[in-house]
Amino acid sequence: MSRKTVRQAFVKSIPVMAGYVVLGIGFGVLMHAAGFGLLWTLAMSLLIFAGSMQYVGVGLLAGGASVITTILTTIMVNARHLFYSISMIRVYKDSGRYKPYLVFALTDETYSLLCDGIVPEGVEAESYRFLVSAFNHSYWVVGSVLGSLLGAVLPFSAKGIEFSMTALFLTSFVEQWIKADNRIPALTGLCATLLSLAVFGPERFLIPAMLLITLVLSLLRGRLENREADT
Amino acid sequence: MNSMGHSAVLVAVMSAFTILLRFLPFIVFRKRVPPYVAYLGRVLPPAIIGMLVIYCLRSTAVFSFPFGLPELIAVLAVVLLQIWKHRSLLSILAGTAIYMLLVQLVF
Repeated sequence: MSRKTVRQAFVKSIPVMAGYVVLGIGFGVLMHAAGFGLLWTLAMSLLIFAGSMQYVGVGLLAGGASVITTILTTIMVNARHLFYSISMIRVYKDSGRYKPYLVFALTDETYSLLCDGIVPEGVEAESYRFLVSAFNHSYWVVGSVLGSLLGAVLPFSAKGIEFSMTALFLTSFVEQWIKADNRIPALTGLCATLLSLAVFGPERFLIPAMLLITLVLSLLRGRLENREADT
Repeated sequence: MNSMGHSAVLVAVMSAFTILLRFLPFIVFRKRVPPYVAYLGRVLPPAIIGMLVIYCLRSTAVFSFPFGLPELIAVLAVVLLQIWKHRSLLSILAGTAIYMLLVQLVF
């Protein structure tokens, strides 16, 4: 691959760098606080590479969750990746030998950088997409490792650092809320989950919430698609 | 099974199912994406993000001291900063710092 391709891919990935390093540090610190050292953190960031899932995963590991709970939670938290993949089928059509890694590394952030399918002029498209994904992956791994090491020597209490995950989801919720021309899906997510929390309690509300969201949005399909057609 | 072994299994499960979800559409919908699936692809992401926000706040004590005040203040800070500046990293850092100060020093 040419130097230009490498340079362009690096430039493209810069906006993700700070975010991944900081969130990775947060993850590493949380893991350390939960009693899981560097190797665990490294393994998760290399093999899972899904920010929200790994934050949720700290709780699963610390609480000694069952395998079935872990499977269901992984499906719930990562279900959105199905839809990222659906919309990338076309873009990754001709990726050849890079394809397995590209699909593996399709995080929210990588998706947001590559989903338009546009590559800079004069670069090798497939190498470029591979490098953007790999740069992002490396930021995430480096951040996690830093966090794990920092966790051991942190000069102040890390109590409350778990709010970084709440803040992460809140910022993407706010951004989607501002940009959406229809807020019913977002409202459905909030209301169905609150209702489910009230009925089933904080330990077991996630799965009913997910089912309820899918049910409500399926029932609203006719109405929501008409509104899409109007605008 | 000892707890280290169990933890290793959980990490493997999380990795395997995350990979499975990312690959599945490429395998199943190679030819054509059914309209219902495409519709879910458009409407589910914002709903799931909303769900995850609530999930993070699930253990907030609303009916006893401090009545969820640290969470409420930090959530408002993140939302207002995000609306004002649109800089996600700034909102996350500031919100987390505010929350940590509140739970460690104020409440």
